[in-house]
Amino acid sequence: MSTDDTTPERTLVEAVSDGLHTEMERDDSVVVLGEDVGASGGVFRATEGLYDRFGRDRVVDTPLAESGIVGTAVGLAANGMRPVPELQFMGFVYPAFDQIVNHVARMRTRSRGRYSCPMTIRIPFGGGIRAPEHHSESKEAFFVHEAGLKVVVPSTPYDTKGLLASAIRDPDPVIFLEPKLIYRSFREEVPDEPYTVPIGEAAVRREGTDVSVFTWGAMTRPTMEAAENLAEEGVDCEVVDLRTLSPIDRETIVDSFEKTGRAVVVHEAPKTGGLAGEITSLIQEEALLYQEAPIERVTGFDVPYPLYALEDYYLPEAARIEDGIREAVEF
Amino acid sequence: MSESIRSDTDVQILDKDGSVLPDATVPDLDDDTLVEMYAQMRLCRSFDERAVSLQRQGRSGTYSTMLGHEGTLVGSAFALAEDDWIVPYYRDQGATVTHGLPLENILMYYMGHEQGSVIPEDVNVMPICITIADHIPHATGIAWASKLKGEESATVCYFGDGATSEGDFHEGLNFAGVMDTPNLFICMNNQWAISTPFERQTAADTIAQKAQGYGFEGIRVDGMDPLAVYTVTQQAREKALDPDADQARPTLIETLLYRIGAHNTSDDPSAYRGEEEVEEWREWDPLPRLETFLRERGLLDDEEIDAIEERNTEQVEAAVEAAENVTADPEEMFEHVYAEQTQNVREQQEYLRRLREEFGDEQLLED
Ligand SMILES: Cc1ncc(C[n+]2csc(CCOP(=O)(O)OP(=O)(O)O)c2C)c(N)n1
Repeated sequence: MSTDDTTPERTLVEAVSDGLHTEMERDDSVVVLGEDVGASGGVFRATEGLYDRFGRDRVVDTPLAESGIVGTAVGLAANGMRPVPELQFMGFVYPAFDQIVNHVARMRTRSRGRYSCPMTIRIPFGGGIRAPEHHSESKEAFFVHEAGLKVVVPSTPYDTKGLLASAIRDPDPVIFLEPKLIYRSFREEVPDEPYTVPIGEAAVRREGTDVSVFTWGAMTRPTMEAAENLAEEGVDCEVVDLRTLSPIDRETIVDSFEKTGRAVVVHEAPKTGGLAGEITSLIQEEALLYQEAPIERVTGFDVPYPLYALEDYYLPEAARIEDGIREAVEF
Repeated sequence: MSESIRSDTDVQILDKDGSVLPDATVPDLDDDTLVEMYAQMRLCRSFDERAVSLQRQGRSGTYSTMLGHEGTLVGSAFALAEDDWIVPYYRDQGATVTHGLPLENILMYYMGHEQGSVIPEDVNVMPICITIADHIPHATGIAWASKLKGEESATVCYFGDGATSEGDFHEGLNFAGVMDTPNLFICMNNQWAISTPFERQTAADTIAQKAQGYGFEGIRVDGMDPLAVYTVTQQAREKALDPDADQARPTLIETLLYRIGAHNTSDDPSAYRGEEEVEEWREWDPLPRLETFLRERGLLDDEEIDAIEERNTEQVEAAVEAAENVTADPEEMFEHVYAEQTQNVREQQEYLRRLREEFGDEQLLED
């Protein structure tokens, strides 16, 4: 614990590692496992320092096998441990997908509460870092679609540490998606002490009256930028960072929409089957009579994530988000 | 590591210093082919150096070098016939290029251009596989199809030691055994999977011994000895196409070698391994070994080496130029998603066109 009053500033990825440190100190049953998480500190350095502090029994370099990593985590969790598996990139989660959807998500149900899988599966996700093929996808919808899982996406260092703590302490499995585009793009105060940010609560990042813009993860920043740009044109955007995608914060979404009557959803994932559809549906079910314009979706395209020379065209940037917001406002 | 790699391998022809081991048989290759093999290995090295420097200058993306792998890649690819298939991963460009893939394709791909993925119709090479081990069952399927169609062609799949931990490795090899397909599985055991050493990958002594569980032969070869790799590949290929009555077609070839460089341009190996180990393995570098062999036979001298180097530099520079001349066209993103464009894709393509016209690329892409 810090002895003076200054709170250290951390990047998002440093907040991950600090969060892991803090939770491993608190609870001996927390073990980190995955490819290269040990001596090398992980491909993004998210597990840096853990190996030296907690040793190879609690910070485990596994064989290169995602199904094995998550599958053994099911057994570890069933027998009293709190595993925190790391999957290096979202494109590499699929060998473990069978374990996640058929076992991690359903163990509580299948054993009628006798066993559960309290684990936090950390997955760096999203594009924009000129990464090779299969390193940039954002397929959060796959996990949100699966009952029994919680899905969390922080967008700030402070939230990252607090949400990670909540995830690790949660009695249910949590898919913890880390927006790697903003892993190191800014710092903010992140206390050394343990604290939590509750799962299931969205954050209103900017209050506004004309239109509600819902987003999460790395898209929060270009969305805020678009909101500021539009403010100069006299459009007052409310920006809601969902933070948790499952269970989704219905109340904050609906309240915001009832206030503005217009909505835009911004996400990196392809449009079709993406969460924007779900959020639109939710709004229509709960607040149809407040609706003053079609709900706009500003998203990635329905194409495989392109090689990086084209990724800037694929990802919604501020200008595209502004365009979507204008459509909603000018209707 | 022992003075000779022989104690750990079934096949080695060149000693560490490039001399032929007393009881070894040099493969029956003509002089020109031997020199060509060396030239191709040197090409790999020049290409690697250039690709890394392009990445460092921000002119290309993450790249995985073949430093130390040249003997395996070129040695094995030289044993293939034109109709054979290669199912690659991201560290075997030396083999795919030897098999006919244009050098500039590799660069374009790592520069993030979709054009790099265009494979000439007459080159039997699959797209680079970045996801570990996923391509191993593909190789089994391709070989299976060759067998069903009665074609005289073998399929070679390259992967690392880390890949053998994935379920797909097991499934791919198990199918190959059951279907008795003309497959060569070449595992480049370079001792490391990023930071994970071989002994944290498997408790087995060798990768080759795993073949036994699938009902076919496994063989371990000095992977920094191109002649040994050539010999083993050539024999495995022959067996794949025309096995004896008691033989199974597939072979698992473990090539024992070392990844001298970093895992890729974003990796810092000093975090997990000592320089001493690297230096020890560097002494087995396939290039000087083959060079000494050729010099001693009078097939190579300084002059010839200079000529090779000059040719290679030209070839690499031509590839760099071709790759850097590619301009990214966002329309390409919407092509080849389906044989016939769907309404969704078409509309989104038009939407992007409209945005580009309205905002201009600079403003649209500004972050
Ligand atoms: C399914 C999957 N998981 C993780 C990764 C990340 N990753 C890329 S390369 C690599 C190590 C591969 O080691 P190995 O198979 O031995 O091949 P080498 O790179 O040593 O040639 C890892 C873990 C990946 N590409 N695919």
